[in-house]
Amino acid sequence: MIRQATRTFQLPWRRIFGGRATLVAGVLVLGLFVGMAIFAPLVAPYDPIFQDTTARLVAPSWLHPFGTDNFGRDVFSRVIWGARIDLQIAVIGVAFPFIIGTTLGTIAGFFGGIVDIIFMRLVDVVLAFPFLVLMLSIIAILGPGLSSFYIAMALVGWVSYARLIRAQILVLKNADYAVAAVSLGFSRTRIMFRHLLPNAVAGSVVFVMSDAVLVLLNGAAISYLGLGVQPPLAEWGIMVAEGQSFITTAWWITLFPGLSIVLLAFGFSLLGDAVSDVLGVTE
Amino acid sequence: MHRYKFVLYRPLQFLPVLFGISIITFVLVRLIPGDPARVLLGSRATPTAIANIRAQYGLDEPIWTQYFYFIANLGQGEMGKSILYKIDVLRLIATRLEPTLALVLSSVLLSVLIAVPLSAIAARNQGRAPDQIVRIVSTLGIGFPAFWLALMLIILFSVRLDIFPVSGYGNSLGDKLYHLALPSLTVALSLSAVLTRSLRGAMVQALRSDVATAARARGMPESIVFWRHVLPNSLVPTVNLLAVNIGWLIGGTVVVESVFALPGMGQLLVRAIFSRDYMVVQGVAMVFACSTVLVNFLADIVTVALDPRVKQ
Repeated sequence: MIRQATRTFQLPWRRIFGGRATLVAGVLVLGLFVGMAIFAPLVAPYDPIFQDTTARLVAPSWLHPFGTDNFGRDVFSRVIWGARIDLQIAVIGVAFPFIIGTTLGTIAGFFGGIVDIIFMRLVDVVLAFPFLVLMLSIIAILGPGLSSFYIAMALVGWVSYARLIRAQILVLKNADYAVAAVSLGFSRTRIMFRHLLPNAVAGSVVFVMSDAVLVLLNGAAISYLGLGVQPPLAEWGIMVAEGQSFITTAWWITLFPGLSIVLLAFGFSLLGDAVSDVLGVTE
Repeated sequence: MHRYKFVLYRPLQFLPVLFGISIITFVLVRLIPGDPARVLLGSRATPTAIANIRAQYGLDEPIWTQYFYFIANLGQGEMGKSILYKIDVLRLIATRLEPTLALVLSSVLLSVLIAVPLSAIAARNQGRAPDQIVRIVSTLGIGFPAFWLALMLIILFSVRLDIFPVSGYGNSLGDKLYHLALPSLTVALSLSAVLTRSLRGAMVQALRSDVATAARARGMPESIVFWRHVLPNSLVPTVNLLAVNIGWLIGGTVVVESVFALPGMGQLLVRAIFSRDYMVVQGVAMVFACSTVLVNFLADIVTVALDPRVKQ
């Protein structure tokens, strides 16, 4: 027998915790990293950039749970401090595109006509470029660094949000309450941002979570390539790059930062699935 | 044959997008702070060389005229010279096309070989343990950074087991495939996670479709229903998914080529960024963007060929 499909995303421990297990698990994972980021100075046993020349390439032990790198820096402490930067990458890297894309998408969908055509053609063109390639090209112009990464994110990432919101606004602007708002003489700005946007934004909120995964991966990849966060700052992508020369002898330098990225991304995915459940949005 | 008529007129619809791509790539290089001629030639350029470049690209003329020159040069297959390699950018890219194309094709093939069986197992055991395991694995898999996964595969298959080479690209066909094994496995593992998540849904729907129900009503065993009706019906969504994810796939190859030192377009792009070889950055971005448009067009054709019901 074929059973009825319930939701698109459903994880096995869903029935535990009153059907909210995905949410609980996601919040726990993200909470762990947020806690690590906030309390890094208290939690980390060592200074993340202190070089202990007597303890280079030490294998994981009680003293150094994740070992040390070739400069004698404690990998465990660097992973903890790295949470600050990588969380920041995910949050800021999503926030700017979300705000810009949502605003432009609302305007394009509401006004229609030539405004809509211009914005949507622009969206098509930006989407024609492979995301990472356009990001790298912009960073090439601006020069390496975290601020270049955020600017490039804002310039490239808004298109997905603009597209999502516009499609929603196009439907909603003919809804009874929107027509009523027009006939009551409300200003366009008020109708757009007070009436239409709150009803249109649910899909984008779900998309924010899966987008955070992609932004995190891209940010770490760009740092790995040497074009994002610069050494000696502790960031997981750079840490992997720095450990690359030692993978035959000191695997721990690359293993743990990478696992942190995987776990944080998993947390975002879980939360995204849970939020899409709560809001009743299917992707 | 009239179903294929769109093959003739669809390219016309691409013109605005191609126009937009040309504007963005043109603007990219003009946005570099400072004198473009000096930037293009490097800091040790002589005044005469700078004057020559300014004349060659018409840099002293209005921006509209400059764009016209850019397009006119492009029409003749010229995008300027690479500072580092001293040859024309498009010719340089042509020499780097093969490894990238081979990597993309082998990754797509490998990821379909992984994703289709996994989705099938998940869809046929909907809600039960195998489905849940596939779901967790694919949710986790999406979060794997390609550069890190590549290194982990190197540790396992090259360092510990000594099966595959650490990096580089061979000369003969067999040697090339041998060198492509780990890079394409890296890209395929991530891509198959994305594919599985969507493909499972498509298969669940196909299992509940009227076609499948009718087949079951005629007494067809579940396995034949699956092979004859469900699997062919999930081919079209697979092709479309691959087309949608082509940009993402190219991004993955850029990173993976850098890790494995594969001499493809992605590695060329990253090296060009470090050596401030802006003409190469511009060229690679443009070629990648045009390939994305082309792949989506090809996917439309394949969709029509696979599914007689589809009309473009």
